[in-house]
Amino acid sequence: MNAADRLKLPPVVMPEQDPAERVHNVREVPFGFTPAMALQEAQRCLHCTNQPCVEGCPVGVRIPDFIQAIESGDYLAGIGIIKQTNLLPAVCGRVCPQEDQCQKNCTVGKAHRDVGQAVQIGQLERFLADWERENHAAVIPQIPPSSGKRVAVIGSGPAGLTVAGDLIKLGHAVTVFEALHMPGGVLGYGIPEFRLPKKIVYAEVAYLTRLGVNFHYNTVIGKSLTVDEVRRDYDAVFIGSGAGLPNFLGIPGESLLGVYSANEYLTRANLMHAYDENSDTPILHGKSVAVLGGGNVAMDSARTALRLGALRAMVIYRRSEEEMPARKEEYHHAIQEGIEFHFLQNPLEILGNSEGWVTGLTLQKMQLGEPDASGRRRPLPIAGQIGNIPADVVVVAIGNNPNPLIPAALPSLQMNRHGGIITDEETMETSVPGVFAGGDIVLGAATVILAMGQGRKAARAIHALLTRTTETARG
Amino acid sequence: MNTICRREELGRNVVRYVVDAPLVAMHRKPGQFVIIRVTDHGERIPLTIADANPEMGTISLIVQSVGKTTREMAMLRPGNAIHDIVGPLGKPTHIQRFGTVLCVGGGIGTAPLYPIAKGMKEAHNRVITVLGARTHDLLILEDDLRAVSDELIVTTDDGSYGTKGLVTDAIRSLVNGGTHIDQAVVIGPPLMMKFTSLLTKELGIPTMASLNPIMIDGTGMCGGCRVTVGGEIKFACVDGPEFDAHKVDWDSMIRRLGTYHTAEQEAAERYDHECRVGLDAGEAR
Repeated sequence: MNAADRLKLPPVVMPEQDPAERVHNVREVPFGFTPAMALQEAQRCLHCTNQPCVEGCPVGVRIPDFIQAIESGDYLAGIGIIKQTNLLPAVCGRVCPQEDQCQKNCTVGKAHRDVGQAVQIGQLERFLADWERENHAAVIPQIPPSSGKRVAVIGSGPAGLTVAGDLIKLGHAVTVFEALHMPGGVLGYGIPEFRLPKKIVYAEVAYLTRLGVNFHYNTVIGKSLTVDEVRRDYDAVFIGSGAGLPNFLGIPGESLLGVYSANEYLTRANLMHAYDENSDTPILHGKSVAVLGGGNVAMDSARTALRLGALRAMVIYRRSEEEMPARKEEYHHAIQEGIEFHFLQNPLEILGNSEGWVTGLTLQKMQLGEPDASGRRRPLPIAGQIGNIPADVVVVAIGNNPNPLIPAALPSLQMNRHGGIITDEETMETSVPGVFAGGDIVLGAATVILAMGQGRKAARAIHALLTRTTETARG
Repeated sequence: MNTICRREELGRNVVRYVVDAPLVAMHRKPGQFVIIRVTDHGERIPLTIADANPEMGTISLIVQSVGKTTREMAMLRPGNAIHDIVGPLGKPTHIQRFGTVLCVGGGIGTAPLYPIAKGMKEAHNRVITVLGARTHDLLILEDDLRAVSDELIVTTDDGSYGTKGLVTDAIRSLVNGGTHIDQAVVIGPPLMMKFTSLLTKELGIPTMASLNPIMIDGTGMCGGCRVTVGGEIKFACVDGPEFDAHKVDWDSMIRRLGTYHTAEQEAAERYDHECRVGLDAGEAR
């Protein structure tokens, strides 16, 4: 097929659960491509020589090559190509902000002057990863003889899993310490089931276990074991403890009953299965739920509220639709499901009744001024335009800071003013020799793919360190 | 999985467990807590560590059956296991030589008070302990605390044991009797902590209180345990659980503890009902 013909192919429409039905269950929304759909979508790729999509990928997945493999029907080769650079394609295919990365650069989208017309790279990635998992086709790689070196990975989120996967394949012994009772970090507690089914995360962990990675749950480093004990017992340490420290607005009413951080709300719903009546974990089933913030976590919270029986779920964001950082797909799904969006509204106070329960919010109408430090136009209050809206549950989804536990337990770690660990950009080594860090504990709340990218860099540097030590010892 | 080694009933609906948890036993300090899940569909609840034996790799947990989870736990016998235990969490108690330390325990709060009183004694303080209970058979650990205290006073609301009255009455008469107190530690039901704190503030005694708010992860991630201390939001799991009692916004903290009151009552009733149905079925056969 020539380029002109390929350009004429329309994007394949992803089949999805009907919005009216899906707000009553937690099953995944998009069903995924069939092989015929994947083939048709793969045929839209122009295989440009300059490969702008690869440049847009934080880990440089060889996108046109895996799409070519789909076109030739060689799925095993396709998934192999992805896994050379991305350990968690079933996750990334679902949660990466593709429209700001690979798909943003796609020539097909550019030719149509619409990023929405770009090749659906994320969906194709998901297709291959799902095919591999559903057909138990995951290849167990040949693992070199044991190096005799031991690596401790703190946190089983995307960064930690990447480090574990990369280093076990190089012959090092890897132990992952997880504070919670289940693996995955934010993939497990934060991202809802309807967006990322947990069985996918657990399948990835099961694969790593088969490769020989040891997982220790219910183990908080800095508490259950000191950082010094870990450093003594392991030749290298990777800290991937994430951005689990929720921000609050600092406005009156945040201690009222019915006010949640998004982390708490989503953790109750996801990790603790509060949506399931057989779960012992309670959650407030608000009828009118207001979510404060405009990112993916805000979308996840509002959509979770509907699934918990809310009649009205609102997203309240102080900037406009254009500045909203959520993935396009999540915003689109949220609109389909009937989430109300209140743009240019800044919460001033959370209101409560005499018994301390939330009753609503006071909002200040905003307008956009000049761009601020983030490059986005700064929201400014419009004098006199203040109003109240009713709500019985309020979810604060305005971001997270790096978790403070490990830094508190290892005071010699150099930190930035946001509470993130400072690392070398290339090696991800911290100010403490032999201790590496990556993911949200370094970046602040960022993305799965950036965390994995840093995990990969750290794994490379840890391997270099461990093999160098060996050679020195031999010399 | 953490195996239960020993089970002992300490009072009405109060059970002491000695549980296998080697890492916790090795690292815990007075004032710290664990989070447990009894079953694989269970909720995560915080429990203070009452004692530990690092050589045996065990910790003691003292649990009062109040809701579904704690009732479910009360059914466990030696050889059974608690599905998950994570810890030790929170900051340890600040123990130093203060001089005279007043340790005030109410109800089940007496359990976490014990290691603190012991620690204070070991730090060469004169330890005066005041224990309060609604009635005699709810009083726990009297002998254990007596062993680490220079003086021990018991009050019961109904006068069935010790002095009739509240812990605050006992503290007031101590001070009126000329006892000088350098530092107080109070652990118990939130209302008792609030009123003890109001009194010690009036008396000018620096006071630490150990809070036990609703928690999930215990690592700072969820923010559910937030309390207002000195006008600032603090997370009891990582900033606490102990705070300057005179700065805690007790009313807000007490209200937040009631968030799931209705859901908890329903769950407990459902659980009791299921247990009864189960027993009836057993008897029918």
